[in-house]
Amino acid sequence: MAYSDKVIDHYKNPRNVGSMQKNDPEVGTGMVGAPECGDVMRLQIKVNPDTQVIEDAKFKTFGCGSAIASSSLATEWVKGRTVDDALRIKNTDIVRELSLPPVKIHCSVLAEDAIKAAIGDWKRKHPSSDAPSPSEVRPSASVPAGE
Amino acid sequence: MAIKLPIYMDNHATTPVDPRVLDAMLPYFNERFGNAASRNHVFGWTAEEAVENARAQIARLINATPKEIVFTSGATESDNLAIKGVAEMYREKGNHIITQSTEHKAVLDTCKRLEKYGYQVTYLPVQKDGRVDLDELAAAITAKTILITIMYANNEIGSIQPIAEIGKLAKQRGILFHVDGVQAAGKIPVDVQQDGIDLLSMSAHKIYGPKGVGALYVRRKNPRVQLSAGIDGGGHERGMRSGTLNVTGIVGMGKACEVCQQEMPTESVRLAGMRDRLKQAIMSRLDETYINGSLTHRLPHNLNISFAYVEGESLLMGINDIAVSSGSACTSATLEPSYVLKALGVGEDLAHTSIRFGLGRFNTEEEVDYVAGRVVDTVNRLRELSPLYDLAKEGVDLSKMSWKAD
Repeated sequence: MAYSDKVIDHYKNPRNVGSMQKNDPEVGTGMVGAPECGDVMRLQIKVNPDTQVIEDAKFKTFGCGSAIASSSLATEWVKGRTVDDALRIKNTDIVRELSLPPVKIHCSVLAEDAIKAAIGDWKRKHPSSDAPSPSEVRPSASVPAGE
Repeated sequence: MAIKLPIYMDNHATTPVDPRVLDAMLPYFNERFGNAASRNHVFGWTAEEAVENARAQIARLINATPKEIVFTSGATESDNLAIKGVAEMYREKGNHIITQSTEHKAVLDTCKRLEKYGYQVTYLPVQKDGRVDLDELAAAITAKTILITIMYANNEIGSIQPIAEIGKLAKQRGILFHVDGVQAAGKIPVDVQQDGIDLLSMSAHKIYGPKGVGALYVRRKNPRVQLSAGIDGGGHERGMRSGTLNVTGIVGMGKACEVCQQEMPTESVRLAGMRDRLKQAIMSRLDETYINGSLTHRLPHNLNISFAYVEGESLLMGINDIAVSSGSACTSATLEPSYVLKALGVGEDLAHTSIRFGLGRFNTEEEVDYVAGRVVDTVNRLRELSPLYDLAKEGVDLSKMSWKAD
């Protein structure tokens, strides 16, 4: 399978790799996927409580090159956005940006889920903010394949 | 010495044609282009002579007689012909077939098709080392069993089955024994007499011959095995496989077998040495790496390792100047991790992290060292990226975590 130049770039030079203190009240952590499905993404955001702007983002991903690229791109995209704005990032945007083939669309879905899960976690720590309930977070798309 | 990139280390998938094989084949494309079935002129006789010479070369490799070799388009066809041919021919005698779960799809899917036509198939599990349990095999035999089909050596994990013991058991119980010998014949000693094999599938392109040609050994004495033809037509190959013979390919397969037979004693030792060097160079420098399959009953050129916490496709992407393959779902057509590793009891999480190295005749020690270095660097880099490696280092038991995707 041939990878797009952007996927290769993110794979070779992943942006914002790392971890944050998950107990930090300003940090939201989202971990999605499962090892037996071959994809696990952990995306963390640090949110300014006054402006609700995501000031920093970090990720670590176990998965194929497209999964690494999708989560690397997600950290780039959420940085500087408000949490509500970041919730508008759609997996289809990631597919387009990275030119993912159909067989890799689940990687983009997982990245979108990771963003939602991280924001959901942050909002749970800040009940005053307008949080979606966890049940609104879409289930991971990595489930159907061969289960 | 400078290393030429990319490096090919996927010799279970296919092998390059050996220059000696190519030289033997070339005249048969144009100078000696005759149809081996043309009985009335010199072009036909020349082609026929070449085919018969190849038949003898192949027979010698496996201790058979030339008349017992039937040419096919490859081992998939050989497997189909053997299993379906026996199933149809011996239908009166019974309808039960025994195989095992780690066979190649050419065997498994053929058996599945026969199930649709009323045959019963037992798919034996394998032990942790990838080998079938002889007691379980014996217990699976019924009065209706007409065929046991077990591969000589596995294409993913290189596990070598106790073929001679199975052959003995089959003979005692009067059951035919088919062996998919694709990964073994030409690589390790295969002797249809000593091993008690009644049918043996072979392929040319796994042994430095051309693609598109294979053979099926069909025993003619003790017992005389009969097969229903899979392809009807001009009655070639004693009626078992009609179709004009691929003379050029057959010449190549014969030569490939001859070269393998000559070189096997030294080649297998050299390959095992390089394999062990690769294993040592990787495993001494990385923690949490696991060998899949048997350590003792193993093809000399096979190494299959799971690199915990690093997904296989991403590892392949990082070592893209090296051709190997992975049991990861992402690299398979079905999006499922390797069924062979699953059958060994390897968890799906570890199956996704597996890499198969297949050493071959043209690999060098320099290449082995280069591959080991690239693998170690890439695994280390990807583990830095892996949330699972983080968790494991923190002492979290990943199997006890509840994953959102479940």
